[in-house]
Parts: sequence; structure tokens; C-alpha cells
Amino acid sequence: MYAWWWRVLPGPWWVRLLISLLAAAGLLLLCFTVVFPALADHLAINDGTVEGN
Amino acid sequence: MRRAVSALGELLLTAGVLTLLFVVWQLHWTDLTSGRAQAATVSSLTERWDAGAPAAPAAAPAPTASAAAPAVPDVDQSPPTGDAFAVVYVPRFGPDYAVPVVEGTGTEELKEGIGHYAGTALPGQVGNLALAGHRVTYGKPFHLIADLRPGDAVVVATATRWFTYRVASSQVVSPRQVSVIAPVPDRPGEDPTQAWLTMTACHPMHSARERYVVHALLESAQDRSAGPPASLAAAG
Repeated sequence: MYAWWWRVLPGPWWVRLLISLLAAAGLLLLCFTVVFPALADHLAINDGTVEGN
Repeated sequence: MRRAVSALGELLLTAGVLTLLFVVWQLHWTDLTSGRAQAATVSSLTERWDAGAPAAPAAAPAPTASAAAPAVPDVDQSPPTGDAFAVVYVPRFGPDYAVPVVEGTGTEELKEGIGHYAGTALPGQVGNLALAGHRVTYGKPFHLIADLRPGDAVVVATATRWFTYRVASSQVVSPRQVSVIAPVPDRPGEDPTQAWLTMTACHPMHSARERYVVHALLESAQDRSAGPPASLAAAG
């Protein structure tokens, strides 16, 4: 997977590294702002309310 | 075959890193962001109240509300869902502890502060002022709820009044036990004669298996203009 990613990236090693870091940062941002909040609401591991039925 | 196994290994490693990131986000990041937002809400609320600007009328309970002179509960005056209408101070949780109370106990409301169970008493009213809060994550307002001891002060400030409640008891119950937030705690159907405050949080910490519940009784009330009550000044 990562070997393939490295192969398809263009340019010298430092350009590939830069692109990879940017992609990782983008993924992290997406997780923190969209994926994790949506996931947390479904998990509700920290629900502190009492509810009937 | 070898390529498939190595791809699977990389996938599993990636999944592991993502899971760790999720834990960091949930336990620390939400704490930072929600904690900051809640502190900002407290500042803007108290600034507005102290400036004497016309606050939401819902935030003003009947002026006669006290344990001695019961006010008639009026749920029609409940603020709109999501609105911050009070601030809770708990000296046991630290001298700087101040968290906004927002109307409603949905997922979104609990990110913005302590949630007020819709339909339960408002601050100072006879009945049960029922509050829910996170014990971990999203600012964790009830992180130290298990440290509360009988006699500890829980102070609720509204636009016009200060209310001092004193912790009476605590218990661990099932999440289904709604009787803890009944007008008379644990006695659903009975007519209340006292002003209760009930706090609920998850228990054990990091789990939603049970609920940690604290009951407190109204001890005194005073006008906001009279300054913070002695129960706050005595923060130890």
C-alpha cells in the first residue's frame, strides 16, 4: 500500500515526502473535523443522562 | 500471497494509528475546544448580567424562590433548547470552576456545558433542578462528581439571583432510572415541597454502563446585586 503510494508519486524523494506529509495533515484535519465527531455521537461512550424506555 | 499479507499488515497498522488518534481527539481535543467555548460562554453571560442588560426573562425565576417560601414551578418559562441561562460554581471542583448551563440534554447541548433536563425545575424553584454533564470529554464539567461530599456547596447563578444548594446524598444507578430526576428524587409522582438539585454523569469513568447521581437541597438564595454568596467565598 505505502510502497505503491511512494511509486506513483512524482519527483525526487523530498517532493514525495512533502506530498505525503501534506496528505497526512489533510487526512488528520478531515478526521478531527468530520469523521471523529460523527463517530463519537454514535459511540456515546460518555453519555451521562438518565432516560426512560 | 506475500503482497496480500503485507498489504493487510499495512492496513492494520493504519487502523491502529487512526484508533489512537481518535482516542487522543476524544479525550483531549474535545476537552480543549469545548472547555474554551464554555469558558467564553460564562464570561459573556456574566458580563451581560453584570451590565444589567435585559437578560432572557426565562433566566429569572420567581423572586420569592427559596426553601422557606416555595415558588410555583412554571415550566412554560423554560428557555429555548440550546440556550445558556445559568452558571454553576462548585468550590469542591476548584476556585476557578464555572460552567454554563444550557437548556436540553442532547448530544449537542452537552458539548456546550451542563445540560438542564427539559421540564425539570428551574434554579431556585421547588421541584428538582436536574442537570447532566460529561465526566470525561467535552470540557468534562462533572469530572470530579465522585469527590462531592454531603454539605458541599453547589452554587447556581442566574441573571438575577444566586442559589446555594448543599449536597445531601449520592448514588450509582442504571441509566434507565429516571426516578432520580423526579420532582422529589426517587419518589416519582409525589408533590415536591423542597427545591432539589440533581446532577447526573456517566459511571464508571469512560463508560456509559451506569450513572453517578448527586442530590442537593436548596439552602439559601440572594439577589445577584448582593454579590457572590458566602458559600462561594469559602471555597477551600
